[in-house]
Amino acid sequence: MRIELQKRAGTSTLFSIVSPLLALALTLVAGAIMFWLLGKSPMNALYIYFVEPLLDVWSLHELAVKAAPLILIAVGLSICFRSNNWNIGAEGQFTVGAITGSILPVLNPEWHSPVILPLMLVMGMMGGALYAGIPALLKTRFNTNEILTSLMLVYIAQLFLDWLVRGPWRDPQGYNFPQTKSFQPEAVLPEILDSGRAHLGIVFALVAAVALWFMMRFMLKGFQVSVLGQSERAGRFAGFSATKMVWFSMLLSGGLAGLAGISEVAGSIGHVQPVISPGYGFTAIIVAFLGRLNPLGIIASGFVLALTYLGGEAAQLSLSISDKVSRVFQGLILFFVLSCDTLIHYRIRFVSTPSAEAEAKN
Amino acid sequence: MFEAILLTVITASTPLVIAALGELVSERSGVLNLGVEGMMIMGAVAAFATAQLTGSPYLGILGGIIGGGLFSLLFGFLTLTLVANQVATGLALTILGLGLSGQIGEAFVGMPGVRLQPIVIPLLSDIPFFGRVLFSQDLIFYMSVALVFGISWFLFKSRTGLKMRAIGDNHGSAHALGINVVRTRYLAVLFGGACAGLAGAQLSLVYTPQWVENMSAGRGWIALALVVFASWRPLRVLAGGYLFGAVGIGQLHAQLLAQSGGIAIPSQLLSALPYVATIVVLIIISHNRRTTLINTPASLGKPFVPDR
Repeated sequence: MRIELQKRAGTSTLFSIVSPLLALALTLVAGAIMFWLLGKSPMNALYIYFVEPLLDVWSLHELAVKAAPLILIAVGLSICFRSNNWNIGAEGQFTVGAITGSILPVLNPEWHSPVILPLMLVMGMMGGALYAGIPALLKTRFNTNEILTSLMLVYIAQLFLDWLVRGPWRDPQGYNFPQTKSFQPEAVLPEILDSGRAHLGIVFALVAAVALWFMMRFMLKGFQVSVLGQSERAGRFAGFSATKMVWFSMLLSGGLAGLAGISEVAGSIGHVQPVISPGYGFTAIIVAFLGRLNPLGIIASGFVLALTYLGGEAAQLSLSISDKVSRVFQGLILFFVLSCDTLIHYRIRFVSTPSAEAEAKN
Repeated sequence: MFEAILLTVITASTPLVIAALGELVSERSGVLNLGVEGMMIMGAVAAFATAQLTGSPYLGILGGIIGGGLFSLLFGFLTLTLVANQVATGLALTILGLGLSGQIGEAFVGMPGVRLQPIVIPLLSDIPFFGRVLFSQDLIFYMSVALVFGISWFLFKSRTGLKMRAIGDNHGSAHALGINVVRTRYLAVLFGGACAGLAGAQLSLVYTPQWVENMSAGRGWIALALVVFASWRPLRVLAGGYLFGAVGIGQLHAQLLAQSGGIAIPSQLLSALPYVATIVVLIIISHNRRTTLINTPASLGKPFVPDR
């Protein structure tokens, strides 16, 4: 038996909607098998993993806290990927955004002014954008592959952060913990409700997603993104500049990743420490694809992936399964999403005997 | 002292060379597999587990090769049969590999590993200096050298290698000539995965014989950069691999020196050197658009659906 692909005349609207859902269903099946292999009751484990975190008010807040950076980064990445620019260093831009955004509260802990927070957010955004500007510069000026350069910059950013909080930025009264002083109250991102930890970050994420959806749907810039992504040549005939698009998409996604970084530090952590992200920058790649590179779809997929983090923590506590399970789940989701996306563009046929079929055609 | 440094450089370079060679073959056939990091770490955990359970590091090597190879077939199925985006699928392979290996390796954390012992070649190893450096090495080092020359011969002197390069440069024409594009690419991807697995086995059996989560530490990505650096030529992979390995070891020695000399160089700065070096090298290699265009397999990363 053999699998044969037959190109559809257009993209299938039905499968554009069904494919992410099918991918999630397949992930659940694979997850059940994995739990069974680990010697746990699959249904119970899946319940603890994917349902229980949705039942408490506090864990819904945690869900929003974790979804915020994922959505912010992923909507930026979706513009990159749509325009065929492969920024996979969002984790580094997130880190640099957290650093540049924290300069003010770390260096001026006594500055109690309401302007500090907006300044921090702007500086975080600029830091992330500038850091993403490096691979953009290298790609446009030296023709360097942005996948590899943006990824190498992740390691460099993380080492730089590590040096900062162990060296010049370390809180002298911090009992030798490698972290900065806690931010002054004016520098902390306010919570949106009294009932839990969810902070303004999730609002930024939703606003960014809707704004970029509007851009992709109704503005010339969005059209440029799609055309240059599908065919650079066609874009050039229309007078669109591929070089400018590299800059636009990289700076935009870097800026949003930077905003996510400073929001995370100023919102949920409250100080700077060596590790500030459980891999949000990489998980956001999965979020972008699960949302089918559509900013509105990404809102939904951001919450799904945030749930895998929460479920991982819950499973660790009540099933004594390591939290690495959540990374496995995330990898599986991306695999199934990519496989199911084939259904959108192709009809899949199972052919029993290839040679007979070939002869029949001749 | 010099000999000792050279030996550590060889140990650090071997996994880079092997993984890059595998990726080179895959890319020559037109498939860009960004999952090297994932296949490498899967190879590392498979090799470590096999060696632990059987007590034999040689079965461990085999386990690493099989682990990396099987994992690469997942990539092959998605990108070749289902024609999924190669960049995205490669990233998926890396993410899944890092997670899955952490899960599998959980049971092996902290266990003392089984070290692969060197094979001393009689007579040759008696040559002063070179004998000890080149002929008292472990099996994986010898395999890496054999792979360099074997792949060189295969790509540029054998008929199958010629066909593979033809596929990589223009899969449409190759298909029209009756070459089975998909099957050849499956084999190339499988070979790439097996090499990455072997490189991973070197990490967990020779370089640091134990299991540590994420122990590949970006080496898979450096191997990818190495293929670009080598402009898709096996002998240059060998040279480049040793250059990168030397930078990595150099920074370790610099850290020790700085510590003993009381000089305050931040260790993080030195640890960042290999990644900075990779970026610098990529700039030097890629800045000339024309030569890059000539060297890059023309069908690299492009999807192929056979028309029937």
